[in-house]
Amino acid sequence: MIAESMYQELILEHYKHPQGRGLRDPFDAEVHHVNPTCGDEITLRVKVDEGKVLDVSYEGQGCSISQAAASVLHELATGSTVEESLGVVDEFTRLMQGRGQVEADEDVLGDAVAFAGVAKYPARVKCALLSWMAYKDAVVRSA
Amino acid sequence: MFDVDLIRKDFPVLSRELPGGRSLVYLDSGNSSQKPNQVIDTMRDHLAHHYSNVGRAHHTLGAESTAAYEDARDVIAAFVGAPSRDEIVFTKNASEALNLVAYAFGNPIATDERFRVGPGDEIVISEMEHHSNIVPWQFLAQRTGATLRWFKVTDEGRLDLGDLDDLVNERTKIVSIVHQSNVLGTVNSVSPILARAREVGALMMLDASQSVPHMPVDVTELGVDFVAFTGHKMVGPSGIGVLWGRRELLDAMPPFLGGGEMIEAVWMDRSTYAPVPHKFEAGTPPIVEAIGLGAAVNYLTGIGMADVKAHEKALTGYALDALGEIPGLKVIGPRTNIARGGTISFTLKNLSGDDIHPHDVGQILDDAFGIAVRVGHHCARPLHLRFGIPATTRASLYLYNTTDEIDALARGLHHVQKVFG
Repeated sequence: MIAESMYQELILEHYKHPQGRGLRDPFDAEVHHVNPTCGDEITLRVKVDEGKVLDVSYEGQGCSISQAAASVLHELATGSTVEESLGVVDEFTRLMQGRGQVEADEDVLGDAVAFAGVAKYPARVKCALLSWMAYKDAVVRSA
Repeated sequence: MFDVDLIRKDFPVLSRELPGGRSLVYLDSGNSSQKPNQVIDTMRDHLAHHYSNVGRAHHTLGAESTAAYEDARDVIAAFVGAPSRDEIVFTKNASEALNLVAYAFGNPIATDERFRVGPGDEIVISEMEHHSNIVPWQFLAQRTGATLRWFKVTDEGRLDLGDLDDLVNERTKIVSIVHQSNVLGTVNSVSPILARAREVGALMMLDASQSVPHMPVDVTELGVDFVAFTGHKMVGPSGIGVLWGRRELLDAMPPFLGGGEMIEAVWMDRSTYAPVPHKFEAGTPPIVEAIGLGAAVNYLTGIGMADVKAHEKALTGYALDALGEIPGLKVIGPRTNIARGGTISFTLKNLSGDDIHPHDVGQILDDAFGIAVRVGHHCARPLHLRFGIPATTRASLYLYNTTDEIDALARGLHHVQKVFG
């Protein structure tokens, strides 16, 4: 039962009850990212004010990993500063691209540490990163 | 006498253990098939004792390699009922075979009227094609200003021939469709389309990547002009594919890739070309792979393609019944076991009626049960768009699969529904 260690309870919980889902106004930037290998896609909006992330809203379709990652992203980024949130994105990216060899910094990642198991599955890393890359892109465009 | 237990013993990988002590249930042969000892040993023996370049090496090893390579061509020609061995062109895969034909059209070197394409001319494909039978024709349309048109697919997953006479008309240069769909499993009826193509003077090509491995295919009986297939889906190695074409057409076509051994004579400013098939085999070919494909064909012939087909038909019926009993599972493609092969794609919902993404289905099947299926759009995105779904889970069967493995799949899918319930 290797997979079920990847599907942490927290991931399934976010998948079944996504936080902050739906596109909301107002927003400063909207991006649309797709994962061409599997057709997963996400539309994501950010509202930023004086360096603070006021809202991350999103709509998309995809597997449990991609959907739960978007939900966790929403929770972590909303209410934090742009700078802090980009630090989390970097740490999450480092964890995902670490092929399971990277020790996650739980202080930085919070709930996102639940995705550590995904890093061992190269085919699924893009699923986890889809919304996070979209967020990074949206923040840059909002500036 | 077809004995699946004996056949399984020929495929070493089928008895391996996956990490965590899982046994392997391989239901992904439509993606790529496994290889029997007969193929592995033939390739190993050739590499160990006979290998050299073909055609251009004038020594004992060169002669042995050339003989083995050309013998493979004979074996493959006989396997698909080609009237002449020279009509078998080795390519690296079916995609290359399709591209080879597509690039023969609208090429200024081509003087034959049948290969002249320009604005106003039409190319006909279908909505159920693999990207390899879509993109080369898009290129052709873009290159020449010709119009790309396509057959639609019915809700049941059959080609909609309702507008055949409109789609295939006097402007049509070529019709290229799949023989057996790599997603739906549908086996297309060739004759009505071919009859119309002949009526209007169009050529016809078949992508037989998913049919040649699974049923007796006779290119002469089919009566089309070109057939493409690939080695790795028919218990042969990857890196080798086949284009069969009518001799007279292959002769009329311009070369595809230029290079070594495809020439007759070369001057600094011009060249003349070798006769077919070598005209289309530029550069050192995949020698051992071709020989491996010959061994694969010998293996399949030894078992008998009619028996392979019968085994898969029985398995497909069993699988359609077993999957049909899973609530929330919807087969995308024919649900009746008629004119369809052992490729079954489906979507799955949990017991609350929410979609479970194929990635999640495949991951649980693999990691919990060792079941290998394919998930995604299977290189047939337009077909998935047509059904309004981003992806499917696909189980594809072959001669070495068993009803036990289908039972394992059904159990696995019930478990998936629990995990994502």
